[in-house]
Amino acid sequence: MDFSFVKDYYMFFINGARITILLAIFTIIFGVILGVMFALMRISRNPLLKGIAVAYIEFIRGTPIMVQLFIFYYGLSFAGITFPDISVLGSNLNDLMAGIVALSINSAAYVAEIVRAGIQAIDKGQMEAARSLGLSYSISMRTIILPQAIRNILPALGNEFIAIIKESSIVSIIGIHELMYSNSTVRGITFRPFEPLIITALVYFVITFTLSTLVRALERRLETVD
Amino acid sequence: MIKVVDLHKSFGDLHVLKGIDLNISKGEVVVIIGPSGSGKSTVLRCLNRLEEANKGQIFFKGVSITDNKNDINIVRQNMGMVFQNFNLFPHMSVLENITLAPIRLNKMTEKEAEETGLKLLKRVGLKDKANNYPSQLSGGQKQRVAIARALAMSPDLMLFDEPTSALDPEMVGEVLEVIKQLAADGMTMVIVTHEMNFAKEVADRVIFMDDGVILEEASPDELFNNPRNSRTQDFLRRVIF
Repeated sequence: MDFSFVKDYYMFFINGARITILLAIFTIIFGVILGVMFALMRISRNPLLKGIAVAYIEFIRGTPIMVQLFIFYYGLSFAGITFPDISVLGSNLNDLMAGIVALSINSAAYVAEIVRAGIQAIDKGQMEAARSLGLSYSISMRTIILPQAIRNILPALGNEFIAIIKESSIVSIIGIHELMYSNSTVRGITFRPFEPLIITALVYFVITFTLSTLVRALERRLETVD
Repeated sequence: MIKVVDLHKSFGDLHVLKGIDLNISKGEVVVIIGPSGSGKSTVLRCLNRLEEANKGQIFFKGVSITDNKNDINIVRQNMGMVFQNFNLFPHMSVLENITLAPIRLNKMTEKEAEETGLKLLKRVGLKDKANNYPSQLSGGQKQRVAIARALAMSPDLMLFDEPTSALDPEMVGEVLEVIKQLAADGMTMVIVTHEMNFAKEVADRVIFMDDGVILEEASPDELFNNPRNSRTQDFLRRVIF
């Protein structure tokens, strides 16, 4: 094995990692916001909201992420949604948005199921006690149920965040210059198919390991509260 | 204070309440007794609409609470409820448990709520636990905090759903003492309990329920010493005082 290419091309991996992290940050933010929203719809008594949430979750979980990605890649412009034609860290903003939207929509379905399970694991008496004081459903949810649910679901949510980072490698196929794309670039320049993959795997691992360590630290902090 | 007319409730095929009529006046302490599954707790939970009645009406201070036009959240602010399993909020301190509702519902400023909270904690004998978390308290202490929490909204009516059933025997006394104190202060209360001696002591009126109906209601003296209904007699023979 020959890793001498690293000193010439290490910037490809660094820039790729930047885009991967950027994708992950936005996907996690939107995925969690949408996921909580769909979880609340899923447990709501309103049959319409519930129906929409169930259909969404089942459809997203039952179709390949690659198909979803292409649907948004072509679909956004098809629907007339375009973004300024500028470059962000070497990637076209339109491509990047399609990637973020597809990953977020995909992740939200999984987050929704995690959040739903977390909410339903909270003793029914908590909601009843809050409501018996005269607090509305939404205040009870925000002040009593969700803060407790977050503690329960943090490990599962951490796993989902790591899955997001790993799955973000798929957006290389729509030309976003993230880590996997950089891997291909370096392979093309050096004619070495194997060694760049080792570097790429290591970079992914450093990112996911850092994240899982952070999540574990957060879990410990929340545990000490009670 | 509260008037119940022909209340019916079913869970699926199970007809739990089969026409309950009930009148409770201000300052009265009503204790509901009866075998498990008789519908006692369901009556209580219908009074603040934790359970929706299928048929019948409930009036609280003249206002129909079974009518959806009236905001149930406002009604509940005037009705405290104490649960069998305490249901304290584990992620909040004892004082935060008590001040949450008054602050969130804009009834008091944060400072007022804390003063009231500490006063209530003193009343239930737990002033030194204000900054502890529920997990650090014994069952009896938890239930006393739950009572203080319900009192924080200064309700007109207190509902107790088997407040001592989940407690270790040696903790029952301290909780009952607090409830007796409340009764002495003139609070209107509806209490579902299995503590017959307590019922005797605290009740103005005892209601015996079985199989979804009220079979007998009378003063504790009369109901315990001279029950008329054969099922009441049977039940009282079997419970241990």
